[in-house]
Amino acid sequence: MAILEVEQIQKTFEKVQVLKDISFSMEKGQTLSIIGSSGSGKTTLLRCLNFLENPDAGIIRVNGETLFDAGNPDTRKESEIRKKRLHFGLVFQSFNLFPQYTALQNVMLAGQLLAKEADNYKTHKKEINLAIEEHAKELLVQMGLGDRMENYPHQLSGGQCQRVAIARALALTPDILCFDEPTSALDPELTGEVLRVIKELADKETTMIIVTHEMAFARDVADCVIFMDDGYIVEQGSPREVIENPREERTKQFLSRYTQG
Amino acid sequence: MQLIIEQFPIVIRALNVGFLQTLKLFFVTLLGAFPLGLVIAFGSMSHFRPLRYFSKILVWIIRGTPLMIQLLIIYYFPGLVLHNPIWGGSESGRFLAASFSFILNYACYFSEIYRGGIQSIPVGQTEAGLVLGMTKRQIFVKVKLLQMIKRIVPPMSNEIITLVKDTSLARIIALQEIIWAGQAFMKGSQGISGAIWPLFFTAVYYLVCNGILTVLLGYLEKKLDYFK
Repeated sequence: MAILEVEQIQKTFEKVQVLKDISFSMEKGQTLSIIGSSGSGKTTLLRCLNFLENPDAGIIRVNGETLFDAGNPDTRKESEIRKKRLHFGLVFQSFNLFPQYTALQNVMLAGQLLAKEADNYKTHKKEINLAIEEHAKELLVQMGLGDRMENYPHQLSGGQCQRVAIARALALTPDILCFDEPTSALDPELTGEVLRVIKELADKETTMIIVTHEMAFARDVADCVIFMDDGYIVEQGSPREVIENPREERTKQFLSRYTQG
Repeated sequence: MQLIIEQFPIVIRALNVGFLQTLKLFFVTLLGAFPLGLVIAFGSMSHFRPLRYFSKILVWIIRGTPLMIQLLIIYYFPGLVLHNPIWGGSESGRFLAASFSFILNYACYFSEIYRGGIQSIPVGQTEAGLVLGMTKRQIFVKVKLLQMIKRIVPPMSNEIITLVKDTSLARIIALQEIIWAGQAFMKGSQGISGAIWPLFFTAVYYLVCNGILTVLLGYLEKKLDYFK
């Protein structure tokens, strides 16, 4: 069964239809790359999956459960949406770390707040918080930030910040981790360290959706590539099909700009 | 000179009493205006239109008219026009009327500072909280509040220092604060009359008080310097 099914998503912002008809599905453990020029709707699609935007039409299903159905008002309630968001994680282009917290606190905060809602929190407070801290530390070590846990975001480089942000998203063990152009705000020198971390996650079969402009990276890391243009999915398939042997004229045009440099 | 030395202890005692009233008004205003300002700030950002317009018009009127006029209207209007002197004529009644006016006035100024502070925080902070499953309330308290406080400390410091001096306006409804106490010696009080230096000397109280506040607020600003 597909871990994620998206059916006929549409989204309009003040008369501009950004997503016209988006349908796709992906399997557990897969890495999906979404490529396309600016304004093609890639970011809006990720924001819809994370319920930062509500689609005007369409259905989102995770593990067969309908999380969102534009035709069913019950699935659009704000109180319901908060829990549903936890199926997805999102790593932003501009990190959006919380500046007043250390790297470690950034990773732990959401987990600690969620734990308070658990029934057994009052009786097992210590163990629960210790487990959250252990997990957060493990993640930061995995991100190569073992010696940076006590630093505040302004003391870290852009690449380090983004790796903290990835750890923060992983801390809640989402079913699907989304990246919105994770290296676009970084110096070219720093993109490598972030891409390497994402590659490692792909090797561990983390289910991921990555919006990116790094074509070489998309080709190497993705199991499946979607090319979007003007609110539609123009082409989808393996990286070999879409990036190396595109069939559609629009895809060829877009990719030629990258190969020409 | 001899005379001033003789008068000094008497004057200081009277000024201290007046200054106590000044300080009382100062702290009561802060205590009331800090939370009320936040309520007005949320009101002026509300999606509920009547509430938003009400808050904006209130801020416009209060910031657009002198505090002295507000004091006079709030104190005299109920008694002289409505024939219902809700404040009464005693010192404590005047203090109540002054507190009400000051809290309302400063809450409106604070609300604009809060609003600026809240709106200056990038929307990405809220979105990061949302995708991590936080509630709106948790995002405000755990993520945005401290960042907001850091941003509003400098403009707030300005307002707080202005408030110390503005308390002297309560003199207009005969609240017995420090200016009133200093002025009393011009007309004659406790055996001293025609002395103007006590009035001038009140400035020293304001200066010392604001000096202490400047140091404290500067310390707070430094404390929040650990993040950017």
